[in-house]
Amino acid sequence: MLRIEPGARHRVTVTVNGRLYSGFAEARTLLSDFLRHELKLFGTHVGCEHGVCGACTVNIDGRAVRSCLLFAVQADGAEIGTVEGLATDGVLSPLQEAFRRRHALQCGFCTPGILISATQFLETNPDPTEDEVREMLSGHICRCTGYEGIVRAILDVAGDAS
Amino acid sequence: MTEGGRWIGAPVPRKEDEALLTGRARFIDDMEPVPGIRHAALLRSPHAHAEILSIDVSKAASHLGVYGVLTGADIAAATRPIPSAVRVPIDYYPMAVGKVRYAGEPVALVAAGDRYVAEDALDLIEVEYRPLPPVIDVKAATRDDSPLLHEAVGSNVVHHRTFRYGDPDKAFEEADRVVRLDWTFPRYSSTPMETYGAVAQFEPAPDRYTIWSNFQGPFILHALMCGALEVPGNRLRLITAPQSGGSFGIKQGIFPYLVLLATASRLLGMPLKWIEDRLEHLVASSSASNREDAVEAAFKDDGTLIGLRFFNTVDVGAYIRAPEPASVYRMHSASNGAYGVGNISVDNRLVTTNRLPIGLNRGYGGPQFFFALERAMEAGARALGLDVAEIRRHNFIPKDAFPYRAPAGSLYDAGDYEAGLDKALDLADYAALCAGRDRARKEGRLFGIGMATAVEPSGSNMAYVTLAQTPEERARAGGRSGGLATCTISIDPSGAVTVKTVSTPAGQGHATVAAQIVADALGLTPDDIDVMTEVDTLTSAWSLASGNYANRFSSVVIGAIGEAARRVADKVRAVAAEDLEVAVQDIELADGTARIVGVPERSLPFRRVAARTHWHPAGLPDGMAPGVFETAIVSPPELGPPDDRDRVASAVTFGFICDLAAVEIDPGTGKVEVRKYVSVHDVGNVLNPLIVEGQIVGGFAHGVGGALLEEMVYDADGNPISGTLTDYLCVTASEMPRLTIGHVDTPSPHTALGSKGMGDGCSMLAPVAIANAVADALGREDIDPPFTLNRVWDLAAEGGGAG
Repeated sequence: MLRIEPGARHRVTVTVNGRLYSGFAEARTLLSDFLRHELKLFGTHVGCEHGVCGACTVNIDGRAVRSCLLFAVQADGAEIGTVEGLATDGVLSPLQEAFRRRHALQCGFCTPGILISATQFLETNPDPTEDEVREMLSGHICRCTGYEGIVRAILDVAGDAS
Repeated sequence: MTEGGRWIGAPVPRKEDEALLTGRARFIDDMEPVPGIRHAALLRSPHAHAEILSIDVSKAASHLGVYGVLTGADIAAATRPIPSAVRVPIDYYPMAVGKVRYAGEPVALVAAGDRYVAEDALDLIEVEYRPLPPVIDVKAATRDDSPLLHEAVGSNVVHHRTFRYGDPDKAFEEADRVVRLDWTFPRYSSTPMETYGAVAQFEPAPDRYTIWSNFQGPFILHALMCGALEVPGNRLRLITAPQSGGSFGIKQGIFPYLVLLATASRLLGMPLKWIEDRLEHLVASSSASNREDAVEAAFKDDGTLIGLRFFNTVDVGAYIRAPEPASVYRMHSASNGAYGVGNISVDNRLVTTNRLPIGLNRGYGGPQFFFALERAMEAGARALGLDVAEIRRHNFIPKDAFPYRAPAGSLYDAGDYEAGLDKALDLADYAALCAGRDRARKEGRLFGIGMATAVEPSGSNMAYVTLAQTPEERARAGGRSGGLATCTISIDPSGAVTVKTVSTPAGQGHATVAAQIVADALGLTPDDIDVMTEVDTLTSAWSLASGNYANRFSSVVIGAIGEAARRVADKVRAVAAEDLEVAVQDIELADGTARIVGVPERSLPFRRVAARTHWHPAGLPDGMAPGVFETAIVSPPELGPPDDRDRVASAVTFGFICDLAAVEIDPGTGKVEVRKYVSVHDVGNVLNPLIVEGQIVGGFAHGVGGALLEEMVYDADGNPISGTLTDYLCVTASEMPRLTIGHVDTPSPHTALGSKGMGDGCSMLAPVAIANAVADALGREDIDPPFTLNRVWDLAAEGGGAG
């Protein structure tokens, strides 16, 4: 088993949005902090650092994961997807476009995590009911929108895809 | 895109969104504005009330990676206390001095190379405390034998004023029926998803501070911060981050931390960054006030409301922190609500306890005020055997009475409250809903209907907080009035338009609406116009009211935007008129051109005409200044000073809201299920319906949270026990009731575009509308929010029931 002494810095290599990155992390460095302050990928936001609000959600090897509940060294070698990777060549994804159309964001701080979760959710459940969407969304806290626009945006995309 | 080329009123998708959706938007924790930043962490008091006997920082100071440690004594020696409008001997510093007064109060600061190391070092600071008896029960805090938070004040009651308008005593003598309700309102907060954050830098010779943060000011708090730091205003430069991750008022409460970080940067000789964590936010940022209040309402038999008495006991927390006591005075001059009642008395007592200091939070004073008024209306209706909708209709200010001067001084701009009520009843299918309630009750179910109405004051008069002072004190302090807004519109030598609103939004879409307004004025599209909404007090035009609060954007700021846009348009038209050899009034700006009215083929590109003011000053009309750089500063003339009878026009616009809630209570679990919720709003002319609807739904979510889930709970020893988001329960998508929205729009004559402020909305009314429905369902009036499972289960088990 890998053993890292307190205070020692360990090299962590990850693929983020298809691009290889490497940086240093202590054993205790949270993945969220590694992405933001070591790799300077500031699109992922930190809202609570105790796994409740969902703002820091990223995609790791195909699953939506809270990056504040993972140490960076645990993600060594992983394929990570963040909000910066959702648009293609400057064109918003259908879900991003629906968020804009439906006014599904106000301050936008929680939005990156919700986009990551919802994108992965729609991949595994392309035709969800509204209750299923709300159940998925209940893993995220948004204080601005009351969720109405977010639910509509996700259902828009689900409807288009099916 | 829009009919007649008008962008105002259209559902224009937001300019802000693309950067936010792609992770490119920049918030305070994404910023590294200066090199050499060190990271601060704060040691906080574990006690609600204790004397600090000693602090030993030696181990922390010598910890590897630590650059310095400061205590409250260091901060107090380098600053002056921060005052409020209440003149009592309370020395409020941003860090505890000698004594801690709430659990979570900052006690020491560590600066280190990163936040992890800074927090390591906090564990090495040794503080010796002598615990003191905590003051948590608000009523007990007011008694003579209570332990004191601030000995020099001699009482925990730090402010007490009474007000009388009309003849309330006579009204209560003449009443056929008086209802009295004693109630407790919980303490809660809007908990924005982004916590506080700041970078502070001190530079000497001459001394100056620059602070980047997600503050929502500068506001009057800039002046108070300058006083604390002992610098003139031009030496305290406040810069806000391009984006703020929600605020709802809460982020005004960051200002003591800005004073703290600025001072620490000076004392330690390095720029410092501090990002509050969620635990810190939930126990030590700011919140709305909890209250122990009573209300009395005097009615005639026909339901006419003839008198009101409010008895407010406000828990301000450990210190009275500016702009408090504003929360108890924001609604004051509209104490009649939507009703024509003329006889009102208000008794305000502000009490210090060992809780965190209160401040702005969505609705600011509104949820508490309307809880009193609208519970009393509903209890009055039940006592008189009247319908809860009809008793309100009977008492409404009639639509032909506007503009209406309220007894305590507010000037209501426009409204048709009866139309709003009818719309709500229609959307709720009220008769069928009442029939459904009757059927449910026959089946033994606990089903209730509640209503609430409100006026929504927007665009605050900066003088209303001086109601906390007597007329004599106000006279001595000099005059106060107004609520200034500013906007600068510039056109650069390429002919491109930039708007600076200084309105510090936190998600309200100001950039989009500003671009709509300017696009209409200049004949451009919103995409042609860049908008900066952030503040830089050194380079922006700003004033005492600049910032984001009290729904001031669509009530006041739009006036400044419109005025600056008008001046720019006039200038561009004058240049084009000379080029096209016609009179100025024959030039219109449309479709990206300046053209002759009725002869659209005779046109010039807007950008070329505007750019010429830079490239060829000698070719401009005689007397015209070169370039385009227009700053408008406006203050609504309605916002005068308080008079010697404590009347003041506290806001520019007064929107109207009518909410109706139907709930069913499961006596087996205590769960309150919101079966129907209708909310009708009068926001005047709608500037962007997408944004208006988003604000209404968002405010509703906060109101539902306050009604059903959210409370900052303290135990009897003053320990905060809701320090995580698993303990402090925010509404999620699964708990959100369905909301039906309706509009009745009466344009405001007091704003540039006929719009009214909006945004507090249902955050003020959902707590009382749901409470009224719960009271109706349980058949009892002695109920207090939040209506959590345990509390409602207990109430239902006590065997109320609306038989």
